Amino acid sequence: MPARGALLHSLTAQEAGQAARARRRKRLTALLFVLPLLLFILLAFVAPIASMLWRSVHHPTVSELIPRTIAELQRWDEHGLPDEASLAVFAEELHALARKRQSGRLAEELNRAFSGMSSVVKSSARQLGRLQPEQLATDGVPTLLKAHRNWSRSEVWYAIKRAGMTYTYDYYLTALDLERHPDEGIRPRDTQIYLKLYSKTLTLALIITLLCALLGYPLSYYLASLPENRANLLLVLVLLPFWTSLLVRTTAWIALLQTNGVINSTLLASGLLDEPLEMLYTSFATVVAMTHILLPFMVLPLYSVMRGIDPSYLRAALSLGDRPLPAFARIYFPMTLPGLSAGALLVFIISVGYYITPALVGGTDGQMISNLIAFHMQSSNNWELAAALGSLLLALILLLYWVYDRFVGASNIKLG
Amino acid sequence: MNSTPAYYGFWQRLGRLLLKLGSWLVLLFLILPILVIVPLSFNSEPFFSFTEGMLTLQPEAYSLRWYQEVFTDPRWILAIKNSFIIGIFATLLSTVLGTCAAVGLAREEMPLRRFITALLLSPMIVPLIITAAGMFFFYSDFGLAGTYPGVIIAHAALGTPFVIITVTATLVGFDYSLVRAALNLGATPLRAFFDVIMPLIRPGVISGALFAFITSFDEVVVILFMAGPQQRTIPRQMFSGLREQINPSILAVATLLILTSIALLVTLELLRRRAERLRLAPAE
Repeated sequence: MPARGALLHSLTAQEAGQAARARRRKRLTALLFVLPLLLFILLAFVAPIASMLWRSVHHPTVSELIPRTIAELQRWDEHGLPDEASLAVFAEELHALARKRQSGRLAEELNRAFSGMSSVVKSSARQLGRLQPEQLATDGVPTLLKAHRNWSRSEVWYAIKRAGMTYTYDYYLTALDLERHPDEGIRPRDTQIYLKLYSKTLTLALIITLLCALLGYPLSYYLASLPENRANLLLVLVLLPFWTSLLVRTTAWIALLQTNGVINSTLLASGLLDEPLEMLYTSFATVVAMTHILLPFMVLPLYSVMRGIDPSYLRAALSLGDRPLPAFARIYFPMTLPGLSAGALLVFIISVGYYITPALVGGTDGQMISNLIAFHMQSSNNWELAAALGSLLLALILLLYWVYDRFVGASNIKLG
Repeated sequence: MNSTPAYYGFWQRLGRLLLKLGSWLVLLFLILPILVIVPLSFNSEPFFSFTEGMLTLQPEAYSLRWYQEVFTDPRWILAIKNSFIIGIFATLLSTVLGTCAAVGLAREEMPLRRFITALLLSPMIVPLIITAAGMFFFYSDFGLAGTYPGVIIAHAALGTPFVIITVTATLVGFDYSLVRAALNLGATPLRAFFDVIMPLIRPGVISGALFAFITSFDEVVVILFMAGPQQRTIPRQMFSGLREQINPSILAVATLLILTSIALLVTLELLRRRAERLRLAPAE
């Protein structure tokens, strides 16, 4: 900085202005080159993800279906039953929904807030729907309370009140296996589903990363010690899987691990086994297939770092009398750490968010968090919960990405 | 270095031997699962494993029936067509945008360079399930879900990071005074770009395009969430095949895909050599 300052002092004001303008122009040119892609990525990639994050806290459906009930419930102190007037408003709104044939949506929403409510809402809506509008004022509330005993439970009304909030972080509570209780506040749920799955996902990702490091390190070391043209030849055996479709590699593992697949039939034919092993559709299959798929991501950065290490360091240590293993641990290994950490971080980042392979070979035992997100997106249609689970996963990935960018540099990812 | 030096002791020789053995085992672990698919795809029975006849090399145990099935099944034909249509358009889009951006990002004057680079590379890092879920909601709002443009835009976004990385690699050490010289000599900025910068970065652009293509060609999660039945691609068809009813026509497709990746690998290697020659040329 002082050099530039000194330079500026020796310039006239006009020259300094010209230099500043030239610099601005250069900045502008650079920006103009980047701008099209920047806008494209913001619109096609960042905005969709942002809208998903928004969905995890913004949930207006219930308050749109029964707006007046939700407004009434704001007055309720969350103990006992809401007052007669509030119940009457709800009966009226449910009646209206039943007449418009929209009670199904409310049933689905409330079922998420309080399990078992789906059939309760539907049958109550049917019974209310049979009433004439002028009967509602007198018979509405009794019909409702008679339709199901759930309508006399304060927990149900509490759940409805919570579900009616337009902005909520309740989905994050669910995603973290917490629940809200009117008296005790936030407390852990009895059954832990999501935290267990997160820890399983992290454990599997860690195992896969360790396996990749254990298999990749000696291989890279061996390749780096070969003459370059021979190493390049063997590197093809690493690059071919890297370039081969993910679905192809997953298919290969299905063919290998099936009950009557290649491995089992070989072992049976050779007499090593009496009955086939159940390997496919287990977490074992997930770990093996994903290690196979991600191993090149470990080998490529490790190999390129090891290639750059001068072997004479290790030789010098040996000729100075150090024994081979300590010399390796003290001299060579520390120099390979950049490659090892780059590869390990990349493998870990990719495996934490993996979807396809666990979905195809993992069975129920080998599922990861991504698979549950897909389940809530496609089967249970609980998009808000899917978005909350996804946001937590995204936060974890971005943290790891930040670490990766700091220590490795995002644009240094090895592509072969 | 390949054979152990004469001064190595017994333990060092043993260690070297074990290293070699272990490395070959890992290499076999990498390559064998892929190679196993090829003979299995010629199975004449609808199994995913070797039959007795295949092992004893009886000719009638082998057949081309699964290849025939792939090329006559309208679903596979549509999938192959879709994969190429979506792949080619997504590649064009991401190559043009990515190359342009890489040229800008290589300039030191670029404001917020590090942050913007990380942002533009993030599609490669964010789990596909999150990208796919977000895109499903967002693209539906604009009527783009279940359409070709929607899928192409989504795949282009996923492919651009690879173009940026490969083009940036060829721009390392690029001398911008060459561009200034061209401009001083009266070239238009566009001409300077195509005549001065482009020849140098061409290998990076082409390998980036190949990466972008293979990214789209291999992508299935976004397709699962966003594409309609009309946009089913090869991996999508394989995915449902593996989930619903496994039959060896998947193996036939897999074999064809392996051949495709070998072709890509060879192309990339040739490009790499060319780029190396280009970079070394001025020094010679």
